[in-house]
Amino acid sequence: MKRKLTRKIKEGAIETILFLSALSSVFITISIVAVLSYESFGFFKEVPLIEFLTGKEWTPLFAEPKFGILPLISGTLLTTFIALIVALPLGLTAAVYLSEYAPHRLKEVIKPILELLAAVPTVVYGYFALLFLTPILQKFIPDLSGFNALSPGIIMGIMIIPYVSSVSEDAMRAVPMHIREGSYAMGATKLQTAFKVVIPSAFSGIAAAFIIGISRAVGETMVVAIAAGGMPNLTANPLEPVQTLTAYIVAVSLGDVPHGTIEYKTIFAAGITLFLITLVFNIIGFWLRKRIREAY
Amino acid sequence: MEDIKKRIRTIKFWNSVFWITGLLSTLGGLALLFTLLTDLFMDGFPRLSYKFFASFPSRFPAEAGILSAWVGSFLVLLVTASAAIPLGIAAGIYLEEYAGKNWLTDIIEINIANLAGVPSIVYGLLALGLFVYFFKFGESILTGGLTLALLVLPMVIMATREAIRAIPNSIREASYALGATKWQTVQSHIIPYSTGGILTGIIIGLSRAIGETAPIITVGALTFIAFLPTSPFSSEFPFISFKWLFDPFTVMPIQMFNWVSRPQHDFQLNAAAAGIVLMIMTLLMNGLAIYIRYRFRRKIKW
Repeated sequence: MKRKLTRKIKEGAIETILFLSALSSVFITISIVAVLSYESFGFFKEVPLIEFLTGKEWTPLFAEPKFGILPLISGTLLTTFIALIVALPLGLTAAVYLSEYAPHRLKEVIKPILELLAAVPTVVYGYFALLFLTPILQKFIPDLSGFNALSPGIIMGIMIIPYVSSVSEDAMRAVPMHIREGSYAMGATKLQTAFKVVIPSAFSGIAAAFIIGISRAVGETMVVAIAAGGMPNLTANPLEPVQTLTAYIVAVSLGDVPHGTIEYKTIFAAGITLFLITLVFNIIGFWLRKRIREAY
Repeated sequence: MEDIKKRIRTIKFWNSVFWITGLLSTLGGLALLFTLLTDLFMDGFPRLSYKFFASFPSRFPAEAGILSAWVGSFLVLLVTASAAIPLGIAAGIYLEEYAGKNWLTDIIEINIANLAGVPSIVYGLLALGLFVYFFKFGESILTGGLTLALLVLPMVIMATREAIRAIPNSIREASYALGATKWQTVQSHIIPYSTGGILTGIIIGLSRAIGETAPIITVGALTFIAFLPTSPFSSEFPFISFKWLFDPFTVMPIQMFNWVSRPQHDFQLNAAAAGIVLMIMTLLMNGLAIYIRYRFRRKIKW
């Protein structure tokens, strides 16, 4: 009897330890929200929310500081937009090819190599953007400044192709074979089947892939920190230098900013903006991916 | 009749065009990556030498090396692994073997999915507020390691869950039928069978951690370090010291970032060399993970 009791206590203790480990993920999220909110709260006590959201200049380190977040958001959006123009068509085309056309053996070889694109450290991509792509682009576009939004945008696009293509491909693979077979039986080619039958059926999965790509591009730091420049710039021109939310945080962290000052708090204000933007996209993406699983 | 034949020909033509476009798109990204890596290699390879690995960074590009950087990376990764592996595996086991289908489990799962998508720099901000200032760990190896552990945790948890899910239920049922408790089943059957998948996930997570720059910059890793952290072996009792956990440090990607940001061409060559070392470390780890997954898959016969 005593042995059974000891065993029960031991099992209970182990289950509690395991449970707490799983619960730690909730604590991490709570901590992120807590830290960001606490410091941002301090920030917004000194800077009115309206000025933050609508101001067109971001110069917190100047003698006359301005705290309008729009230039940083425009930098983030511009680079993200360019990245998506590259990644979405290429990623989707690759996914259609791999899912509908490629012979099985070729697919087994190509997929791990595509994963390799995602494994390269982002500093290395930043190196490429600054020292390889920008000089090449400058030969075609003489007006291109050394730091610009176009080069890191393109490199980020290449970086997120594997994310877009693998989620799209999963979505297309989930479409049952008999739907395709019905289409082939009617005499359709692979192209027609892919674009008129498979893609519409896999739509929510493909939309999820887009959202994941957007989220990844918005949160990317090093490529833009290295190649896009350090000047916040409210512009839609990809040939000019811009600074993104993420690059700003890195720039301040590299300098000597004392704990507790308003400049220190600006990185948390930028951080909470970034977190909220990616949270919204992640939730949409999660909900869309749940819909693929439920549909079939 | 001719009309229909013409339409069919057009449709088939576009089909063939897409066949080629699709292949080119798929291979295009890879070809581009290959070009970029070749460029990196050509610039950086001449700088690789024993002296490069054994020197500290310096104002003179020809003398600069990555000693403090790779030692820092190694120590930080050690902390990351020690924190993320037990926590991640435990969480994964709980979610797959013990958790019930209730709202609390749902919340935990949503959290893990969300954390996987949080930008790495937000983890850096969390660590700055929490580890550096609140827990007062300072801008140290411990902080850097824990930050990366948080980053890598969702990956370890998901890999553990995938590995455990692959085990057929018949094994569990046989174990319970013989009277084993849940933990005995986990210990003797679940963990051994899922080790391959878990190990793969851990290595891939660590290979991502080694290349992370932004969160480490945010917690205050310095970009110019000309000394090594305190050695863990001390000459007096108890012969092992943990002071190195609290020392300032730098890591490989930060060193590369620092060199890339300098205008002098020679520093950029150094950056390329550091990049090659970083890429080789990453590729080796990924290769190891794939090899382990392959070996384990062969051994297991359901």
